[in-house]
Amino acid sequence: MPREGILISNPYKRITDEQVRQIHRASLQILVDPGLICFSKKAAEIFQSHGAEVSAVADADHPCWHIKIPEKLVMEALDSAPKTVKLGARNPDNALIMKGDEPRVFFISGSETNIWLDVDFPTYVRKSDSSGEIQVPEFHPRRATVADLCQSAHVCEHLETLDGYIRTVNIQDEDITGDNKDVNKFFASLNNTTKHVMSGLTSLEQLDNVVRMAELIAGGEEALKENPIISFITCLVKSPLQFVEDTTDAFIEICQRGLPVVVSSSPQAGTTAPIKEAGIMAQINAEVLAGITLGQLVNKGTPMLYGSVPVRARMDTLSDSYGSVETSQYNIDCVQMAQFYKLPNYSTSGVCDAKIPGQQASIERLFSDIVVTLSGPQFLHCAYGLLDCNAVFCLLQAVLDDAHFQMLKFFLNTPKINQPELAETMKQIKEVVATPQKLYIRYIRQVMRSGEITPPYPFEGDGESDNVFALAYQRMNELLAKPVEHIDPETTADIFREIPGLLPRLNVYKEGK
Amino acid sequence: MAKKDIIGLIRENVIQGRVVQDDESLDGGMVGEPGVTELVEEALAKRLDVRDIINKGLTEAMTLVGQKFENKEYYIPDMLASAEAVGAAMKLLEPHLAQSGIKPKGKVLLATVKGDLHDIGKNIVTILLRGAGYTVKDLGNNMEPQSIVNAVRVEKPQFLGLSALLTSTMVNMGDTIQALEESGLRDNVKVIIGGAPVSEEYAKSIGADGYGSDGFQALAVIESLTST
Repeated sequence: MPREGILISNPYKRITDEQVRQIHRASLQILVDPGLICFSKKAAEIFQSHGAEVSAVADADHPCWHIKIPEKLVMEALDSAPKTVKLGARNPDNALIMKGDEPRVFFISGSETNIWLDVDFPTYVRKSDSSGEIQVPEFHPRRATVADLCQSAHVCEHLETLDGYIRTVNIQDEDITGDNKDVNKFFASLNNTTKHVMSGLTSLEQLDNVVRMAELIAGGEEALKENPIISFITCLVKSPLQFVEDTTDAFIEICQRGLPVVVSSSPQAGTTAPIKEAGIMAQINAEVLAGITLGQLVNKGTPMLYGSVPVRARMDTLSDSYGSVETSQYNIDCVQMAQFYKLPNYSTSGVCDAKIPGQQASIERLFSDIVVTLSGPQFLHCAYGLLDCNAVFCLLQAVLDDAHFQMLKFFLNTPKINQPELAETMKQIKEVVATPQKLYIRYIRQVMRSGEITPPYPFEGDGESDNVFALAYQRMNELLAKPVEHIDPETTADIFREIPGLLPRLNVYKEGK
Repeated sequence: MAKKDIIGLIRENVIQGRVVQDDESLDGGMVGEPGVTELVEEALAKRLDVRDIINKGLTEAMTLVGQKFENKEYYIPDMLASAEAVGAAMKLLEPHLAQSGIKPKGKVLLATVKGDLHDIGKNIVTILLRGAGYTVKDLGNNMEPQSIVNAVRVEKPQFLGLSALLTSTMVNMGDTIQALEESGLRDNVKVIIGGAPVSEEYAKSIGADGYGSDGFQALAVIESLTST
């Protein structure tokens, strides 16, 4: 049985159906005029061979082509793109089945930050009274390593609400290079979680090694197709409207192999996209449609997610403001566009502008988590542990986020209001009204044990003390101490024998480990 | 059914919080099987020793329930359900206590004071006290000081519990204690107060003998005053 996610019974719609159609029409118009600039020769040739108008851009610093994608190609691609996408997992019970016409939400981590945030709890003594001590959390940013990636995959394996794993950090160890980053990040992730693993690709040259590693784990080429335990994120269109060379070429290769892939675009309203909602929506939708069209031209039927990471610019720094309210509005609009095309949507919530865990972080992330979830995206990424406009990952924050999603999942359960339920409670009402104390307390017990009552906030302190961080930290360490099911020794040996570039220290069966 | 079986079943049903046969156990089962009420009736009909029913059945069960609560296996609703079962048993056993040579634990009058209709807390305290073996008379809510004084005169309780939820009505607790003083009954009864707006300090300021921040503390205060 695949994971259940949470089915949204009445998805929130921010824009009307007519507005959805208006955005669709505007996007089709953009794809023809002004069209896109393409820095990938391969992509330009593919488009040209299928009837798109392609012309070399004169006097450009780098060779590039001007591409106008006709509506017919886009509509054919939307038709051939699968409406149901399966993301497999080492443990088949952790597979995700996403249907474009079913608003079933899966909560996923994200999304390759450079910085890992450590936390400790130094003790401070009160100046006025040295007997008064307090422990205050302190956060220390540093460059992320492959050991951090292992730790985060390990904890994410045990976070109940987390349905799939996107590599959280960019591994920057001294012995990690462009040539071995991909195999190590995929292995570190796959070896520490039995949930689905998704990542971007750093080097196209490593694609075959990564795919071969996944085949060894899944049980062969066909088994990997049946149970695609890995998938890829590609931001092939850089806003505004430019196919970048390396990612587009990687995207083409991934599509040729038929593995699931996210066609993602991340325009920033105000800088790389119009500041107005109508403008960024028309543009991001055009960018995603361009990518989907290319992918389906490469290999009809390639499983794809409509990937949207729209953000608004911060007015003070012009960096991505994931915590802004508009960012959630754009994301919900994109969910509706994907629903219009009946394609599973890769959406974004939970990232905050706040640099460290705290009140601002909680408010920003909980706001976007709630509203975007309510719109019913199938694959909600970035939802755990991300801070500082997606620049920082904090494992403690991921544990805190799990508690948020427990609440959200509970809130979204199906209401149990029906005749048998009402009949049972009517009986209770009659019974209780006839008693001297007139209390329903005895009826709580069975309901409480059936899981129908929300548990208390797991990090609640005693009395007036706020111990949220300390208790979440304790929980984080408990999860780290809990074992995970690693890839078996035989397969691990095969992987280390066959796949070049893997760091020996990642082999948990190696002597001395 | 053998004597030991009945006592054991009483104990088990108190732990399960089943007052009568229609009640469910913790896991939703046991419906139709005798509850504490039916079992105590059967025990009395078979002339089992009332001391055994109380000590080996009810008290042992409540000790176990208390341990489960401490271990976070049980929650307040479970404690209250068990206490309610014990309360129902004690009501049946009350007429037999004297002839068995068992001295009642004590009598408690409870009331929500004048102007206040909020009685959830008082009702929970009623269940807990009955479950602990006290005889409880619940006077109800919106009780005038003089009505409470009259009840104290007639019922002769060892304890009077006063409850209020509102800052505007809590002052009537002081008025009630004042009325007890004026009637000459104040020294006959220990007065315990409770409710959201009151505190230990407030209890002292109006001359009460004790304060319970919740039902369990109210019971603990009364137990401690009982033993002094």
